[in-house]
Amino acid sequence: MKFSPWSKDAALVVLATLREEKGPVLMALQALQNEFGYVHDEAVGVVASYFNKSRADVHGVLTFYHDLRTVPPSDNQISICVAEACQAVGSRQLEKDVKAKFGAEVHDGYCFGNCALGPCAMVNGAILGRASVDKIAKARA
Amino acid sequence: MKIYVPSDSAAISVGANEVAEAIASKVHDATIIRNGSRGALWLEPMVEVETSKGRIAYGPVSVEDIDSLIAADFAHGGAHQLALGLTDEIEWLATQDRVTFKRVGIIDPLSIADYEAHGGLVGLRRAISLTSHAIIDEVTESGLRGRGGAGFPAGIKWKTVAGAVSDQKYICANADEGDSGTFADRMLIEGDPFTLIEGMTIAAIAVGATEGYVYVRSEYPYAISTLQKAIDIAHAFGWLGSSVLGSSHAFELKIRVGAGSYVCGEETAMLESIEGKRGVVRAKPPLPALEGLFGKPTVINNVSTLSSVPAVMADGAAAYKARGVGRSLGTQVFQLAGNIKRGGIVEKAFGVTIDEIINGYGAGTLSGNPVRAIQIGGPLGAYFSKSQFDTSLDYESMLAAGGMLGHGGIVVFDESVDLAAQARFAMSFCALESCGKCTPCRIGSTRGVETIDLIIQGVKVEENKKLLLDLCEVMTDGSLCAMGGLTPMPVKSAMLNFPEDFTGEVSRR
Repeated sequence: MKFSPWSKDAALVVLATLREEKGPVLMALQALQNEFGYVHDEAVGVVASYFNKSRADVHGVLTFYHDLRTVPPSDNQISICVAEACQAVGSRQLEKDVKAKFGAEVHDGYCFGNCALGPCAMVNGAILGRASVDKIAKARA
Repeated sequence: MKIYVPSDSAAISVGANEVAEAIASKVHDATIIRNGSRGALWLEPMVEVETSKGRIAYGPVSVEDIDSLIAADFAHGGAHQLALGLTDEIEWLATQDRVTFKRVGIIDPLSIADYEAHGGLVGLRRAISLTSHAIIDEVTESGLRGRGGAGFPAGIKWKTVAGAVSDQKYICANADEGDSGTFADRMLIEGDPFTLIEGMTIAAIAVGATEGYVYVRSEYPYAISTLQKAIDIAHAFGWLGSSVLGSSHAFELKIRVGAGSYVCGEETAMLESIEGKRGVVRAKPPLPALEGLFGKPTVINNVSTLSSVPAVMADGAAAYKARGVGRSLGTQVFQLAGNIKRGGIVEKAFGVTIDEIINGYGAGTLSGNPVRAIQIGGPLGAYFSKSQFDTSLDYESMLAAGGMLGHGGIVVFDESVDLAAQARFAMSFCALESCGKCTPCRIGSTRGVETIDLIIQGVKVEENKKLLLDLCEVMTDGSLCAMGGLTPMPVKSAMLNFPEDFTGEVSRR
C-alpha cells in the first residue's frame, strides 16, 4: 500500500472534504490515516483546530480505536482472525506460525465475517479464506 | 449467455475473482454477473449458468477446473464432476425458508431493475401509500423483533420515535457485526444492499425521519464498497434524496465506517462513534428512541431487522408471522460457522432445533472428529454441549436453556476444544474491548482472566471457581451494557456444561 508523506498542507486538503460532516473527528482521523498511512503527532492539533475541538477530544478518539495508528505501517499488513469461529479451525496455531515468519507485519484480527471458511486472514486489504502460511505468503508477495 | 460468479467476500476469499477472470478470458460470449452468494459457503466459488430449465450450479470451482468445465460445455449445463444440478433443487438450499435473504445470491446486487423484477420496492411503494400509523401497526403486528440480539419488538421502538416531537429524527442501521460466527449482515449488504436501503426508507417514512446512517465495521471493506455504490444508484434513481420515489418524503443515507472497536456494536456506543467520539457506552435512560443520535429521536435497528421490513410490508404481517413459534415469529437467518463441514447461511422459521442445523445442514465437523461444543450468539453467547442439541432455536427456548440466540451465529468446535481456554478468551476479549466506562466490565474482565489462569494452573481450584462465579455475578448485575453484562455467559456455561475442563489438571489434554 502506498501512502503520501505527511504534510500539514496535504492534511488540510483532506480535512476540507469533511467540512460539512456532522461529528467529523473520527472520520477525519480515518481519512488522514488512509492518506498518510498513520496519524502523525502533528495531526492531533491540526484536526482539533480545524473542527474547533480540544486536543484532548481528538487524542481521546485517536487512542480509543484499534484501527488508528500513530506510527507508519510496515509495507505489508497481515491480520489473522483470532476470534472463536477461526479458533475452532486452528487460527491460534496459524497466528503463531505466521508471526514467526512475518513478525511485526502480523496483527490479530477479530472477525472478518468469513466464519464458515476459516481460518481467515486479511492480507493488504484482500480477504483470504481457509488460510495457511503458504497462502498468506503467496498473497503477500 | 449469463454466467454467475459470486462477488461475496467469502467467495472471493476462496478464489471467486480469479475464477471470474478465467471465465471472462476463455468464454468470450459470456455475460458474467457478479451476484451475491447463495449462502452455501462450502460450495464457493459456486458458478451458475442460466439455461432454459433454470440456473445450473457448479462448485466449488477453482481456476484449474475452468478448462474441463469448458470442455464439458458447462455454459449450457453440460455434465461435469462439479455439477450440482439446478440450483433451486440443491437440497441444502431448497429446504430453507428464505424471506429476508430471498434475493441474496439470485440477483445482481447493484441492479435496481433486477431488484424490482424479484419483488423489490413493493414494500416501500405500499408504505408510501399508507399513514405512519398504518406502517407501524403492520410492523408491530408482524411480531418482528430486533435481530441484533436483544429481540426487542421493532414496531414498539418505531412507535416511540414516531411519537417524539423533534425538528430532526434519524434512522441508524447497525452493521457493526462484530460477533465471531456471524456474517448475515455482511452477506445481505454485499448480495442485496437495496433491501437494507428499502427497509431504512420505510422506517424513515414511518417515524418521520429524513436522515439515516449505516454504521459498517472497517473489517468489511467489500460491504462498504458495495453499499456506497448502491446508495449512489438509489440516489440517481430518485429513491433517496429530497423526494422518495416522487413522494413528499425526503430521505438521505450515509455510511459511517467503524474503526475496529467491538463495543461500538452496542447501540449507544455506536451513536457516540457515529458522532465521531470515543465509543463509550451511554447510560439509559434516556432511550435512544427519544434522545439518540446528536440528541435527537433515533431508530436503531440491526441490518437483519431492517432488511426483514420490506418483506413484511410487501406480503403483509400475517404472512410473516405465520412462521415461527411462540413469541419468536418469522424467520431467523442462522449462520453456521467454525469447525463445520457445510457452513453458511441457513434461513429457517424460528423453532428449528440445534441438531437440525448442526448435523442436518452442517453435516458435522470439517475435521471429521465428533462435535464437542457449540457457541451460539457470538462471543457473549453460551457454550452448549451435545446433550442440549434438541433445544429449539427461538428467543425464549434459548433463554430457558441458559443461553441466548443473539444474532443467530452458531460456532462449532470439535473434540480438540478446551473450554477453560475458551472461557479465558471471553474474559480477555472483554478486557481488550471494554469501553472502560463501568468498573465491573473494565476491571472485572482482567480479574476474570487472572482467576481462570489460576484454575487452569491448578491453584486452589474450588476456591477460585467460587470466586469466578461471584465475579460473574457482579459483572452480570453491575455492568452498564451487554459487553460486561454478558461476558459471564460463555464463562459460566463453559463451567456448567464442561466441568471436566475446569479441574485444574493442566496436562489433562
